[in-house]
Amino acid sequence: MPMNRIVVAGVSLAGLRTAEALRLEGFTGEIVMVGEEQLFPPYDRPPLSKEILKGLWQEDRGRLKVAENLDPTLILGHRVTALRASDNEVELDDGTVLTYDGLVIATGASPKMMGSIDTSIPGVHVLRTFPEAVALREAIGGSPKVVIIGAGWIGCEVAATCRDRGLDVTILEYFPQPLERTLGPIMGAWAGAMHRAHGVDLRCGVSVSGVSGEGRVERVDLADGTSVAADIVVLAIGVFPETKWLEGNGFDLENGVLCDETLQVVGASNIVAAGDVCRWPNKMFNRTMRVEHWSNAVEQAAVAAHTLIHPDEPKGYSAVPYVWSDQYDAKIQYVGTGGEYHSILEGSTEENKFVAAYATDGVLVGALCVNSPARMIKYKRFLTTAPQMDLIEENLP
Amino acid sequence: MKITLDLDVCAGHGQCEDAAPEVFTVNDQGLVVQLIENPGEEYRAKVEDAARRCPADVIKIED
Repeated sequence: MPMNRIVVAGVSLAGLRTAEALRLEGFTGEIVMVGEEQLFPPYDRPPLSKEILKGLWQEDRGRLKVAENLDPTLILGHRVTALRASDNEVELDDGTVLTYDGLVIATGASPKMMGSIDTSIPGVHVLRTFPEAVALREAIGGSPKVVIIGAGWIGCEVAATCRDRGLDVTILEYFPQPLERTLGPIMGAWAGAMHRAHGVDLRCGVSVSGVSGEGRVERVDLADGTSVAADIVVLAIGVFPETKWLEGNGFDLENGVLCDETLQVVGASNIVAAGDVCRWPNKMFNRTMRVEHWSNAVEQAAVAAHTLIHPDEPKGYSAVPYVWSDQYDAKIQYVGTGGEYHSILEGSTEENKFVAAYATDGVLVGALCVNSPARMIKYKRFLTTAPQMDLIEENLP
Repeated sequence: MKITLDLDVCAGHGQCEDAAPEVFTVNDQGLVVQLIENPGEEYRAKVEDAARRCPADVIKIED
Protein backbone atom coordinates (compact mmCIF):
# COMPACT_ATOMS: atom_id res chain seq x y z
CA MET A 1 0.00 0.00 0.00
CA PRO A 2 1.48 3.43 -0.85
CA MET A 3 2.11 5.64 2.13
CA ASN A 4 0.82 9.14 1.55
CA ARG A 5 -0.36 10.15 4.98
CA ILE A 6 0.83 8.98 8.37
CA VAL A 7 -1.07 10.02 11.48
CA VAL A 8 0.94 10.26 14.69
CA ALA A 9 -1.35 10.08 17.72
CA GLY A 10 0.43 11.77 20.61
CA VAL A 11 2.78 14.75 20.43
CA SER A 12 5.21 14.15 23.23
CA LEU A 13 8.68 12.61 23.12
CA ALA A 14 7.75 9.28 21.48
CA GLY A 15 5.42 10.83 18.90
CA LEU A 16 7.82 13.61 17.97
CA ARG A 17 10.86 11.38 17.68
CA THR A 18 8.93 8.80 15.65
CA ALA A 19 7.72 11.52 13.28
CA GLU A 20 11.30 12.73 12.82
CA ALA A 21 12.48 9.18 12.24
CA LEU A 22 9.86 8.76 9.51
CA ARG A 23 11.66 11.54 7.62
CA LEU A 24 15.03 9.89 8.26
CA GLU A 25 13.57 6.70 6.79
CA GLY A 26 12.74 8.66 3.64
CA PHE A 27 9.03 9.33 4.08
CA THR A 28 8.05 12.43 2.10
CA GLY A 29 4.26 12.32 2.50
CA GLU A 30 2.09 14.13 5.01
CA ILE A 31 2.71 13.65 8.73
CA VAL A 32 -0.33 14.63 10.78
CA MET A 33 0.43 14.95 14.49
CA VAL A 34 -2.52 14.97 16.88
CA GLY A 35 -1.95 15.89 20.51
CA GLU A 36 -4.03 16.90 23.47
CA GLU A 37 -1.42 19.25 24.88
CA GLN A 38 -1.16 22.71 23.35
CA LEU A 39 2.57 23.36 23.24
CA PHE A 40 4.76 22.70 20.22
CA PRO A 41 7.59 21.93 20.35
CA PRO A 42 6.47 19.73 23.22
CA TYR A 43 8.29 20.07 26.52
CA ASP A 44 10.56 17.41 27.89
CA ARG A 45 8.99 15.67 30.88
CA PRO A 46 11.93 14.67 33.14
CA PRO A 47 12.70 18.30 34.11
CA LEU A 48 9.09 18.90 35.19
CA SER A 49 9.62 17.32 38.61
CA LYS A 50 13.16 18.73 38.89
CA GLU A 51 14.39 21.92 37.19
CA ILE A 52 10.95 23.31 36.28
CA LEU A 53 9.45 22.52 39.69
CA LYS A 54 12.50 24.02 41.41
CA GLY A 55 12.15 27.16 39.30
CA LEU A 56 15.72 26.78 38.02
CA TRP A 57 14.71 26.93 34.38
CA GLN A 58 12.76 29.51 32.46
CA GLU A 59 9.68 28.00 30.99
CA ASP A 60 10.90 28.00 27.40
CA ARG A 61 13.93 25.94 28.34
CA GLY A 62 13.16 22.28 28.42
CA ARG A 63 11.29 22.24 25.13
CA LEU A 64 12.32 19.40 22.85
CA LYS A 65 14.31 20.22 19.74
CA VAL A 66 12.51 19.56 16.47
CA ALA A 67 14.23 18.50 13.25
CA GLU A 68 14.06 21.22 10.59
CA ASN A 69 12.76 18.87 7.91
CA LEU A 70 9.83 17.53 9.93
CA ASP A 71 7.15 19.71 8.26
CA PRO A 72 4.22 18.36 10.27
CA THR A 73 0.52 19.11 10.02
CA LEU A 74 -0.28 19.87 13.67
CA ILE A 75 -3.62 19.30 15.31
CA LEU A 76 -3.07 20.41 18.90
CA GLY A 77 -5.53 20.64 21.75
CA HIS A 78 -7.41 17.60 20.53
CA ARG A 79 -7.19 13.96 21.45
CA VAL A 80 -7.88 10.88 19.43
CA THR A 81 -10.96 9.20 20.83
CA ALA A 82 -11.45 6.21 18.52
CA LEU A 83 -9.64 4.04 16.04
CA ARG A 84 -11.38 2.09 13.28
CA ALA A 85 -8.46 0.06 12.01
CA SER A 86 -10.44 -1.79 9.34
CA ASP A 87 -11.30 1.59 7.75
CA ASN A 88 -7.87 3.13 8.36
CA GLU A 89 -9.34 6.06 10.24
CA VAL A 90 -9.14 7.75 13.62
CA GLU A 91 -11.71 10.02 15.20
CA LEU A 92 -10.88 13.08 17.29
CA ASP A 93 -12.72 14.53 20.27
CA ASP A 94 -14.46 17.14 18.08
CA GLY A 95 -15.78 14.49 15.70
CA THR A 96 -13.14 15.05 13.01
CA VAL A 97 -12.29 11.85 11.15
CA LEU A 98 -8.78 11.44 9.73
CA THR A 99 -7.87 8.68 7.33
CA TYR A 100 -4.34 7.33 7.27
CA ASP A 101 -2.10 4.98 5.38
CA GLY A 102 0.07 4.43 8.44
CA LEU A 103 -0.61 5.15 12.11
CA VAL A 104 1.77 5.72 15.01
CA ILE A 105 0.34 5.09 18.47
CA ALA A 106 2.23 7.34 20.88
CA THR A 107 -0.51 8.41 23.27
CA GLY A 108 1.66 7.75 26.30
CA ALA A 109 0.30 7.42 29.78
CA SER A 110 -1.75 9.44 32.25
CA PRO A 111 -1.66 9.68 36.05
CA LYS A 112 -3.61 7.03 37.90
CA MET A 113 -6.37 8.49 40.01
CA MET A 114 -7.86 7.37 43.29
CA GLY A 115 -11.63 7.19 43.08
CA SER A 116 -11.94 8.74 46.51
CA ILE A 117 -9.86 11.82 45.66
CA ASP A 118 -11.28 14.62 43.55
CA THR A 119 -8.26 16.29 41.93
CA SER A 120 -10.30 19.42 41.19
CA ILE A 121 -10.33 20.26 44.91
CA PRO A 122 -8.07 23.29 45.44
CA GLY A 123 -4.71 22.18 46.78
CA VAL A 124 -4.78 18.72 45.17
CA HIS A 125 -2.25 18.25 42.37
CA VAL A 126 -0.98 15.68 39.92
CA LEU A 127 2.23 16.09 37.94
CA ARG A 128 2.44 14.93 34.35
CA THR A 129 2.13 17.97 32.11
CA PHE A 130 3.89 21.29 31.88
CA PRO A 131 0.88 23.31 33.13
CA GLU A 132 0.59 20.91 36.07
CA ALA A 133 4.27 21.47 36.91
CA VAL A 134 3.82 25.24 36.78
CA ALA A 135 0.69 25.03 38.94
CA LEU A 136 2.49 22.91 41.52
CA ARG A 137 5.51 25.21 41.50
CA GLU A 138 3.27 28.17 42.24
CA ALA A 139 1.42 26.22 44.92
CA ILE A 140 4.63 25.41 46.80
CA GLY A 141 5.85 28.99 46.55
CA GLY A 142 4.97 29.94 50.14
CA SER A 143 5.68 27.51 52.93
CA PRO A 144 2.86 25.00 52.66
CA LYS A 145 2.81 21.62 54.30
CA VAL A 146 3.07 19.17 51.41
CA VAL A 147 1.72 15.63 51.54
CA ILE A 148 2.68 13.34 48.69
CA ILE A 149 0.64 10.22 48.07
CA GLY A 150 2.88 7.60 46.47
CA ALA A 151 6.64 7.08 46.78
CA GLY A 152 7.47 6.19 43.18
CA TRP A 153 9.95 8.16 41.07
CA ILE A 154 7.74 11.22 40.73
CA GLY A 155 6.66 11.26 44.37
CA CYS A 156 10.27 10.92 45.55
CA GLU A 157 11.53 13.63 43.20
CA VAL A 158 8.79 16.02 44.26
CA ALA A 159 9.65 15.28 47.89
CA ALA A 160 13.33 16.00 47.29
CA THR A 161 12.51 19.24 45.46
CA CYS A 162 10.19 20.37 48.25
CA ARG A 163 12.73 19.53 50.95
CA ASP A 164 15.40 21.46 49.01
CA ARG A 165 13.04 24.43 49.39
CA GLY A 166 12.74 23.79 53.10
CA LEU A 167 9.11 22.70 53.06
CA ASP A 168 7.45 20.37 55.52
CA VAL A 169 7.00 17.14 53.52
CA THR A 170 5.15 13.91 54.30
CA ILE A 171 5.08 10.93 51.93
CA LEU A 172 2.33 8.35 52.29
CA GLU A 173 3.13 5.03 50.62
CA TYR A 174 1.05 1.88 50.48
CA PHE A 175 4.00 -0.50 50.07
CA PRO A 176 6.50 -1.19 52.88
CA GLN A 177 9.26 0.85 51.15
CA PRO A 178 9.52 3.72 48.67
CA LEU A 179 10.45 2.88 45.07
CA GLU A 180 9.77 -0.74 45.91
CA ARG A 181 8.34 -1.60 42.49
CA THR A 182 11.68 -0.80 40.81
CA LEU A 183 14.27 -1.19 43.54
CA GLY A 184 12.73 -3.92 45.66
CA PRO A 185 12.41 -3.83 49.45
CA ILE A 186 16.10 -3.74 50.40
CA MET A 187 17.22 -0.87 48.20
CA GLY A 188 13.81 0.69 48.71
CA ALA A 189 14.78 0.89 52.37
CA TRP A 190 18.01 2.61 51.36
CA ALA A 191 15.95 5.22 49.49
CA GLY A 192 13.65 5.56 52.47
CA ALA A 193 16.57 6.20 54.82
CA MET A 194 17.83 8.87 52.44
CA HIS A 195 14.50 10.69 52.45
CA ARG A 196 14.21 10.49 56.22
CA ALA A 197 17.77 11.78 56.64
CA HIS A 198 16.70 14.77 54.57
CA GLY A 199 13.78 15.46 56.84
CA VAL A 200 10.86 13.80 55.04
CA ASP A 201 8.17 12.29 57.24
CA LEU A 202 7.98 9.03 55.26
CA ARG A 203 5.14 6.77 56.29
CA CYS A 204 5.03 3.42 54.51
CA GLY A 205 2.44 0.69 54.66
CA VAL A 206 -0.41 3.18 54.96
CA SER A 207 -3.69 3.27 53.07
CA VAL A 208 -5.20 6.58 52.05
CA SER A 209 -8.98 6.78 52.13
CA GLY A 210 -9.47 10.32 50.81
CA VAL A 211 -8.92 14.02 51.37
CA SER A 212 -11.06 16.54 53.23
CA GLY A 213 -11.26 20.23 54.08
CA GLU A 214 -13.42 23.34 53.91
CA GLY A 215 -13.31 24.67 50.35
CA ARG A 216 -9.82 23.31 49.80
CA VAL A 217 -7.76 20.39 50.96
CA GLU A 218 -6.80 20.53 54.64
CA ARG A 219 -5.97 16.94 55.40
CA VAL A 220 -5.41 13.49 53.95
CA ASP A 221 -7.53 10.84 55.63
CA LEU A 222 -6.10 7.41 56.24
CA ALA A 223 -7.87 4.07 56.34
CA ASP A 224 -7.02 3.65 60.04
CA GLY A 225 -9.19 6.66 60.88
CA THR A 226 -6.35 9.12 61.47
CA SER A 227 -5.47 12.01 59.20
CA VAL A 228 -2.43 14.04 58.12
CA ALA A 229 -2.63 17.83 57.89
CA ALA A 230 -1.95 19.13 54.38
CA ASP A 231 -1.95 22.44 52.52
CA ILE A 232 -0.89 20.82 49.26
CA VAL A 233 -1.49 17.20 48.24
CA VAL A 234 0.36 15.63 45.33
CA LEU A 235 -1.18 12.44 44.00
CA ALA A 236 1.67 10.39 42.51
CA ILE A 237 0.58 6.77 42.41
CA GLY A 238 1.81 5.99 38.93
CA VAL A 239 0.43 6.14 35.42
CA PHE A 240 -1.66 3.98 33.11
CA PRO A 241 -1.19 3.61 29.35
CA GLU A 242 -3.63 5.58 27.19
CA THR A 243 -5.21 2.78 25.17
CA LYS A 244 -8.93 3.33 25.68
CA TRP A 245 -9.31 4.87 22.21
CA LEU A 246 -7.95 1.64 20.69
CA GLU A 247 -10.76 -0.53 22.01
CA GLY A 248 -12.96 -2.41 19.57
CA ASN A 249 -10.20 -3.35 17.12
CA GLY A 250 -9.33 -6.75 18.53
CA PHE A 251 -5.95 -5.58 19.86
CA ASP A 252 -4.47 -6.93 23.07
CA LEU A 253 -4.69 -3.89 25.38
CA GLU A 254 -3.67 -5.56 28.62
CA ASN A 255 -1.10 -3.14 30.08
CA GLY A 256 -0.42 -1.21 26.87
CA VAL A 257 -1.01 -2.15 23.26
CA LEU A 258 0.70 -5.39 22.36
CA CYS A 259 3.23 -5.15 19.54
CA ASP A 260 5.57 -7.63 17.94
CA GLU A 261 9.35 -7.38 18.10
CA THR A 262 9.37 -4.75 15.34
CA LEU A 263 6.83 -2.63 17.29
CA GLN A 264 4.09 -3.31 14.76
CA VAL A 265 0.78 -3.63 16.58
CA VAL A 266 -0.28 -7.27 16.67
CA GLY A 267 -3.30 -7.48 14.39
CA ALA A 268 -2.61 -4.42 12.22
CA SER A 269 0.06 -4.30 9.51
CA ASN A 270 0.12 -0.49 9.11
CA ILE A 271 0.09 0.52 12.79
CA VAL A 272 3.09 0.83 15.10
CA ALA A 273 3.48 1.99 18.69
CA ALA A 274 6.26 3.67 20.68
CA GLY A 275 6.82 4.94 24.19
CA ASP A 276 4.89 4.45 27.42
CA VAL A 277 1.89 2.96 25.61
CA CYS A 278 3.78 0.11 23.91
CA ARG A 279 4.17 -3.44 25.22
CA TRP A 280 6.47 -5.63 23.20
CA PRO A 281 8.47 -8.86 23.51
CA ASN A 282 11.91 -7.77 24.69
CA LYS A 283 14.24 -10.54 23.55
CA MET A 284 16.88 -9.33 25.97
CA PHE A 285 14.83 -10.55 28.90
CA ASN A 286 12.57 -13.11 27.16
CA ARG A 287 9.31 -11.45 28.13
CA THR A 288 6.96 -8.73 27.05
CA MET A 289 7.39 -5.43 28.83
CA ARG A 290 6.12 -1.90 28.85
CA VAL A 291 8.66 0.76 29.81
CA GLU A 292 7.77 4.26 30.99
CA HIS A 293 11.18 5.85 30.58
CA TRP A 294 12.65 8.57 28.38
CA SER A 295 15.36 6.54 26.63
CA ASN A 296 12.91 3.79 25.73
CA ALA A 297 10.64 6.28 23.96
CA VAL A 298 13.54 7.64 21.89
CA GLU A 299 14.93 4.22 20.99
CA GLN A 300 11.52 2.76 20.13
CA ALA A 301 10.75 5.77 17.93
CA ALA A 302 13.53 4.85 15.50
CA VAL A 303 12.42 1.23 15.27
CA ALA A 304 8.70 2.00 14.97
CA ALA A 305 9.34 4.45 12.12
CA HIS A 306 11.54 1.94 10.32
CA THR A 307 8.88 -0.75 10.63
CA LEU A 308 6.21 1.49 9.16
CA ILE A 309 8.31 2.64 6.18
CA HIS A 310 10.33 -0.51 5.52
CA PRO A 311 8.18 -3.45 6.65
CA ASP A 312 10.12 -5.64 4.21
CA GLU A 313 13.37 -5.11 6.20
CA PRO A 314 12.23 -5.96 9.74
CA LYS A 315 14.37 -4.74 12.63
CA GLY A 316 13.66 -6.08 16.09
CA TYR A 317 13.80 -3.90 19.19
CA SER A 318 15.52 -5.45 22.16
CA ALA A 319 16.71 -3.19 24.89
CA VAL A 320 18.14 -2.78 28.34
CA PRO A 321 15.82 -0.20 29.94
CA TYR A 322 17.40 2.82 31.63
CA VAL A 323 15.89 5.22 34.13
CA TRP A 324 17.47 8.01 36.10
CA SER A 325 16.44 10.18 39.00
CA ASP A 326 18.07 12.99 40.93
CA GLN A 327 17.17 13.18 44.60
CA TYR A 328 19.13 15.36 47.04
CA ASP A 329 22.80 14.50 46.49
CA ALA A 330 22.11 11.13 44.86
CA LYS A 331 22.29 10.60 41.12
CA ILE A 332 20.28 7.41 40.81
CA GLN A 333 20.56 5.37 37.61
CA TYR A 334 18.95 1.99 37.08
CA VAL A 335 19.74 -0.17 34.07
CA GLY A 336 17.98 -3.41 33.28
CA THR A 337 14.76 -4.86 34.49
CA GLY A 338 13.50 -5.67 37.95
CA GLY A 339 14.86 -8.78 39.66
CA GLU A 340 15.71 -9.80 43.20
CA TYR A 341 18.26 -7.65 44.95
CA HIS A 342 21.47 -9.68 45.07
CA SER A 343 24.41 -7.74 46.51
CA ILE A 344 26.47 -4.57 46.40
CA LEU A 345 29.07 -5.04 43.67
CA GLU A 346 30.99 -1.80 44.11
CA GLY A 347 31.23 0.96 46.70
CA SER A 348 28.92 1.18 49.67
CA THR A 349 25.71 2.81 50.77
CA GLU A 350 27.68 4.54 53.56
CA GLU A 351 29.69 6.54 51.04
CA ASN A 352 26.52 7.14 48.96
CA LYS A 353 28.31 5.74 45.90
CA PHE A 354 27.62 2.16 44.91
CA VAL A 355 26.46 -0.34 42.34
CA ALA A 356 23.87 -2.90 43.47
CA ALA A 357 23.09 -6.06 41.49
CA TYR A 358 19.66 -7.52 40.77
CA ALA A 359 19.35 -11.10 39.55
CA THR A 360 16.79 -13.58 38.29
CA ASP A 361 17.60 -17.31 38.25
CA GLY A 362 21.26 -16.61 38.91
CA VAL A 363 21.63 -14.15 36.03
CA LEU A 364 22.29 -10.41 36.44
CA VAL A 365 19.22 -8.55 35.12
CA GLY A 366 19.63 -5.08 36.60
CA ALA A 367 22.10 -2.70 38.21
CA LEU A 368 21.31 0.20 40.50
CA CYS A 369 24.09 2.76 40.16
CA VAL A 370 24.18 5.59 42.67
CA ASN A 371 26.62 8.44 42.06
CA SER A 372 28.47 6.15 39.66
CA PRO A 373 27.67 7.51 36.19
CA ALA A 374 30.88 6.24 34.62
CA ARG A 375 29.98 2.72 35.73
CA MET A 376 26.34 2.71 34.68
CA ILE A 377 26.91 2.44 30.96
CA LYS A 378 29.47 -0.32 31.47
CA TYR A 379 26.83 -2.30 33.32
CA LYS A 380 24.28 -1.57 30.62
CA ARG A 381 26.54 -3.27 28.10
CA PHE A 382 27.51 -6.00 30.55
CA LEU A 383 23.84 -6.88 31.01
CA THR A 384 23.47 -7.77 27.35
CA THR A 385 25.82 -10.71 27.93
CA ALA A 386 23.47 -12.22 30.56
CA PRO A 387 26.24 -12.54 33.18
CA GLN A 388 26.04 -15.40 35.67
CA MET A 389 26.02 -14.16 39.26
CA ASP A 390 28.26 -16.96 40.56
CA LEU A 391 31.04 -15.81 38.21
CA ILE A 392 30.42 -12.12 38.55
CA GLU A 393 33.27 -11.30 40.96
CA GLU A 394 35.91 -12.09 38.35
CA ASN A 395 33.93 -10.68 35.43
CA LEU A 396 32.90 -7.20 36.54
CA PRO A 397 32.94 -4.75 33.63
CA MET B 1 32.92 15.81 11.60
CA LYS B 2 33.19 18.65 14.11
CA ILE B 3 31.41 18.08 17.39
CA THR B 4 30.78 20.49 20.25
CA LEU B 5 29.81 19.33 23.72
CA ASP B 6 27.89 21.44 26.21
CA LEU B 7 29.48 20.17 29.41
CA ASP B 8 27.43 22.58 31.52
CA VAL B 9 24.33 20.47 30.90
CA CYS B 10 25.94 17.01 30.72
CA ALA B 11 24.36 14.81 33.37
CA GLY B 12 26.29 11.57 32.86
CA HIS B 13 23.53 9.55 31.23
CA GLY B 14 26.11 7.69 29.17
CA GLN B 15 23.78 7.18 26.22
CA CYS B 16 26.45 8.67 23.95
CA GLU B 17 28.94 6.03 25.07
CA ASP B 18 26.32 3.38 24.43
CA ALA B 19 25.64 4.68 20.92
CA ALA B 20 29.22 5.54 19.89
CA PRO B 21 31.75 3.97 22.29
CA GLU B 22 34.64 4.74 19.93
CA VAL B 23 33.90 8.47 20.14
CA PHE B 24 32.52 9.11 23.65
CA THR B 25 33.01 7.93 27.18
CA VAL B 26 31.82 9.13 30.58
CA ASN B 27 34.47 10.01 33.16
CA ASP B 28 34.35 9.54 36.93
CA GLN B 29 32.88 13.01 37.35
CA GLY B 30 29.95 11.93 35.21
CA LEU B 31 30.94 14.10 32.24
CA VAL B 32 31.27 13.13 28.60
CA VAL B 33 34.79 12.93 27.18
CA GLN B 34 35.38 12.89 23.44
CA LEU B 35 37.89 10.20 22.49
CA ILE B 36 38.49 11.20 18.86
CA GLU B 37 38.93 14.87 18.12
CA ASN B 38 37.34 15.07 14.69
CA PRO B 39 35.84 11.66 13.99
CA GLY B 40 35.64 10.53 10.40
CA GLU B 41 32.48 10.09 8.37
CA GLU B 42 32.36 6.40 9.27
CA TYR B 43 31.17 7.48 12.72
CA ARG B 44 28.49 9.93 11.56
CA ALA B 45 25.52 7.61 11.98
CA LYS B 46 26.66 6.59 15.45
CA VAL B 47 27.35 10.18 16.54
CA GLU B 48 23.95 11.28 15.23
CA ASP B 49 22.40 8.45 17.24
CA ALA B 50 24.37 9.57 20.30
CA ALA B 51 23.11 13.15 19.88
CA ARG B 52 19.52 11.97 19.51
CA ARG B 53 19.68 9.73 22.55
CA CYS B 54 21.21 12.31 24.88
CA PRO B 55 18.54 13.36 27.39
CA ALA B 56 20.42 16.57 28.17
CA ASP B 57 21.02 17.62 24.54
CA VAL B 58 24.77 17.95 25.06
CA ILE B 59 26.05 16.95 21.63
CA LYS B 60 25.99 19.26 18.62
CA ILE B 61 27.30 18.14 15.25
CA GLU B 62 28.67 21.27 13.57
CA ASP B 63 29.33 19.90 10.09
